[in-house]
Amino acid sequence: MKFSGVDRVFKTVCGLCALLVIILSVMLFIQLLWGSRTAWAQFGIGFIFGTEWNPVENRYGALPAIAGTLLTTVIALALAVPGAFAVAMYLVDAPKAIGNVLSHALDLLAAIPSVIYGMWGLFVIVPLMQLHVQPFLVDTLKLGKIPFFGAEYNGFGFLTAGVILGLMVLPFISALMRNVFMMTPGVLRESAYGLGCTRWEVTWDIVMRYGIRGMLGAIFVGLGRALGETMAVLFVIGNVIVMPESLNAGGTTIAATLANNFGEADGTLRSVLFALGLILLIMSLVIQVLAQYYLSATGANRGEK
Amino acid sequence: MKKLPRRSIFKRKALNFAVDMFSLAVLIIAIGLMLYILLTVFHYGLRAINWSFLVEPSKPYGVPDSGIANAILGTVFITLGAATLSIVPAVLAGIYLAEFDRHSKFGHFVRFCANVNMGVPSVVIGLFVYSLVVMTTGRFSGFAGSISLAILMFPVIMRTTEDMLLMVPDSLRESALAIGNTRMRATIDVVCKAARSGMLTGILLAIARVSGETAPLLFTAQWSDSWPTGYFSNPTANLPVLITEYATNSPFPEQHTAGWGAALIVTLLVLSINILSRIIFREKHHAR
Repeated sequence: MKFSGVDRVFKTVCGLCALLVIILSVMLFIQLLWGSRTAWAQFGIGFIFGTEWNPVENRYGALPAIAGTLLTTVIALALAVPGAFAVAMYLVDAPKAIGNVLSHALDLLAAIPSVIYGMWGLFVIVPLMQLHVQPFLVDTLKLGKIPFFGAEYNGFGFLTAGVILGLMVLPFISALMRNVFMMTPGVLRESAYGLGCTRWEVTWDIVMRYGIRGMLGAIFVGLGRALGETMAVLFVIGNVIVMPESLNAGGTTIAATLANNFGEADGTLRSVLFALGLILLIMSLVIQVLAQYYLSATGANRGEK
Repeated sequence: MKKLPRRSIFKRKALNFAVDMFSLAVLIIAIGLMLYILLTVFHYGLRAINWSFLVEPSKPYGVPDSGIANAILGTVFITLGAATLSIVPAVLAGIYLAEFDRHSKFGHFVRFCANVNMGVPSVVIGLFVYSLVVMTTGRFSGFAGSISLAILMFPVIMRTTEDMLLMVPDSLRESALAIGNTRMRATIDVVCKAARSGMLTGILLAIARVSGETAPLLFTAQWSDSWPTGYFSNPTANLPVLITEYATNSPFPEQHTAGWGAALIVTLLVLSINILSRIIFREKHHAR
């Protein structure tokens, strides 16, 4: 189509605004790389595998924060994925009125700011874990004897952070999974019901097969959120920069380390924090790309709107 | 054909029942925990709230009549600043994708970048704006906070604008162009008008989402006890960072209570914008 003068200007202005997104993405990467140059020059690629965090002698390693991030994310997803799957399954088949009310309630759950989750975690969940849940798990069920579960507890730590994170990402994953479920052609589901399949069989053998890529996409979106979440974790993780010793032990994540140390950071430490930020950025980029890849295959939208 | 194992009807129904019960249990637990969070926030928050709490600025511990008015005002400044910075370019970018460039490689790449940007952790955006604005100007400021929130809002508004414009039927565009409108006129006066409520919903949801955002503000707006007069040049008080400060860095129960009060205000703010935007969207859809 040919454009007149005004329209050409309008199109160019709009195009420049769209270009902003690309510029921002590139600048984000360059700035973090530039900010972290001292750290990479000083510690090399071994920074990623270093376990030491010693501000006095100016020696830093990223592994405790990376391991903590992965551990909390794994706990969160282990709790949230089966839950979200079950919720989505229920919502798809629920009577319309009930389904709508519950969907809206879950949307609101997703809208509560993370700092509120963090504060609630600190003042409500931490004491609850310390006084009831962890004594039950460790002393009554004797789970403390399992390696890595941890026999000592004080309410803070990876388990608490993972539980809160799991609750936070559940509504995101379930909203996406519900979209994927709904994309299965009705005829396919109805034929399966017609053959006498139970609801579970229809979901597991038909809908799952049909939408497995969408499911993976949904899980990756949840993974991305859990990975970068700061406030909900910061309040309850314990904030000690050591390698994770057990599920009940305190530790840190990349995001929590950033938020916690930035106030007094200078020189090498600041550069190290930029390097941690870069690692987190790359991790979430990889996950987003995977999520995009799987979701675009199903045409499901991201459910974050 | 593969022979499937025979499964007894009893076992199949039992499994189905068990899964149904599990679904219901998870739903009840999730919704129950949400109500628990809200109840906790209301329970502790209401104790803190009185007139002076809402009109006095925050003060160091021990000074009587401490409030959170400066933080409320600061949050309003920072959020409105972010909205001002991001809405126009984000909407224009959405228009570009929906009206001018639906299928080109560039358009797909922009869409891809926006989706990836939406997944970048907000703490990383905070770090980015810190190095871009705070380190170059040498000072923390509420404006830097606005920039970080604007970056968070941008892709969200852009994608919803695009989605909403794509829902407008092409016959409307063609009619508008056929009576002699320029493309710009047709887009702004006809197509955008038709998609108005959806776009507004997207913008409001983006505002709701960033107004409770904390992590980027730790690196940019930081925190102060004064009124937000130095929005462009000094650390600016805001509710999310106030909550963080009072909840984690203070041993005093009075400040914990004040933190709950601030948490109640933030929750009410975010949820009411959220619900409002849904009502706007639904009314429009019922009207059709």
